[in-house]
Amino acid sequence: MTLTITKIAEDLAAGRCSSREIVDDLLVRIKAHSALNAFISVDEDAARQGAEAADRARRAGAGVLAGVPIAHKDIFCTSGVKTTCGSRMLADFVPPYDATVVEKMKAAGCVMVGKTNMDEFAMGSSNETSFFGPVRNPWDPQRVPGGSSGGSAAAVAARLVPGATGTDTGGSIRQPAALCGITGLKPSYGRVSRYGLIAFASSLDQAGPLAQSAADCAHLLSAMAGFDVRDATSLDVPVPDYAATLGKDLKGLRIGVVKEHFAQGVEPAVLDVLREALREYERQGAVLVDVSLPNSAHAVPCYYVLAPAEASSNLARYDGVRYGFRAAEYKDLEDMYKKTRSEGFGPEVKRRIMIGTYALSAGYYDAYYLKALKLRRLIADDFARAFERCDVLAGPASPSTAFALGAKNTDPVSMYLNDIFTIPVNLAGLPALSMPAGFVGGLPVGMQLIGRYLDEARLLNVAHRFQEVTDWHARVPAGI
Amino acid sequence: MVACNGSTLHRIPLLNAEEIEKVAHLARLGLNREEREAYALDLSRILDLVSQMNAVATDGVEPMTHPDEAGLRLRPDGVSGEIDRDRLLAIAPKTRDGLYLVPKVIE
Repeated sequence: MTLTITKIAEDLAAGRCSSREIVDDLLVRIKAHSALNAFISVDEDAARQGAEAADRARRAGAGVLAGVPIAHKDIFCTSGVKTTCGSRMLADFVPPYDATVVEKMKAAGCVMVGKTNMDEFAMGSSNETSFFGPVRNPWDPQRVPGGSSGGSAAAVAARLVPGATGTDTGGSIRQPAALCGITGLKPSYGRVSRYGLIAFASSLDQAGPLAQSAADCAHLLSAMAGFDVRDATSLDVPVPDYAATLGKDLKGLRIGVVKEHFAQGVEPAVLDVLREALREYERQGAVLVDVSLPNSAHAVPCYYVLAPAEASSNLARYDGVRYGFRAAEYKDLEDMYKKTRSEGFGPEVKRRIMIGTYALSAGYYDAYYLKALKLRRLIADDFARAFERCDVLAGPASPSTAFALGAKNTDPVSMYLNDIFTIPVNLAGLPALSMPAGFVGGLPVGMQLIGRYLDEARLLNVAHRFQEVTDWHARVPAGI
Repeated sequence: MVACNGSTLHRIPLLNAEEIEKVAHLARLGLNREEREAYALDLSRILDLVSQMNAVATDGVEPMTHPDEAGLRLRPDGVSGEIDRDRLLAIAPKTRDGLYLVPKVIE
């Protein structure tokens, strides 16, 4: 079964099947593919009840997502449903409220079948830092699905759900979407509410959809996006109906080809795939423009000051007092804090807390944090200049296809460099997506499309037009 | 310890065990000896990566703290009271009589 959200919505509207039937099928599939480890929790009874409620509501007239099954990354708080963030620290945490994204998707009629696996506190690019074990890539179980939204990406790629939510702080939606051969969008910073989303780096975190196609992502984003008074950084701007704006032709569209992204350090076969995809755009009437993002080369160092600095502050709340894990034995309050945090956090989380703490500590603030903030400005300015000459930017989402489990976790820096093309976008706050553009050695290649601030509608249309004439996004891994 | 400023461009800032212990304490993390050594190496590698920032001149550049600096807004200070006390206390590791329980702080 490879049903898309668009197809499910049609079938449900035409009465060809019920939400309950679809959910029953998916629950069987989720069990059959449990070796992928894509889910941290699945609540079968709640999923069936939700589907039945959606079927009842449909008779009274309902929206396009009514009865469509989805999964949430286990970073979104779900009232009464365990939310672990991939960490021992929150292994038994049951939030008393829903994240805004969860609430909005529920209101749109989506049926949650489970919570997906992820790198611990969204810190990772391979899903190997999860306390609940690594996720496997459906295209090759010996390889990583990418991270941190690896469970969501693998679940969509293995057709365990037609759509899922993710979060993206430095590439955590786009990189796993690329490595798993699906479509994933990181919206503009502020487009989707962060309320109830467990914080990693608050000036970079943004939630978005992962699905088989841009059209499916459009439906999900329409439900997720919008102003929320409970998130001080949420933007009070109108949200377009993203599905309704698909289909516009691409004649005269100016695609910026980022010089630095088609360079050394990227697998040559990956670049060949992307060049062929660009030729398809030219056939549709788009014009290629060479652009340069000179400061992007320093985005990874800049990010590894800012993100850990914000994380060290955000994660100070895990002290074993108000919720989450507390160590079993301790001699006084300070010892309780230290033992709780040492036992509750995994190595990568501790590494980033330490880097952030160091960068913010007395005497180092100017050299690290302030320097990084200035560099962030230069990186954002590069994008602004590029967008004077083009409408979208195109390049690889990741320097390689999916790598082997264990290949990059001995040296943290080699893992960090994996996000070299996605990180600059978070620093600038821009929207970007990854979509399947072809295959190398049986593994999917993702093309990243970057847009102007709040220009998600155009990005989705540009991806949609490509997917109308190609079938890379519809390919399914063997055995799935 | 070599600070990451322009004059020491690209030199590996090696943190020693004592500095690691100080940072761990600030972050309220307890580390054993083995971990201190592992983190000293890892953090030095990361700081070496980070020091590449120094290749870019940033004098006079305005720091950018946020993608939408103009859009940050204030709201009236008011009580929302959406979640009640019992529900919040129910998820705490230890409570007594409506209070969070921690080890004795004052003798």
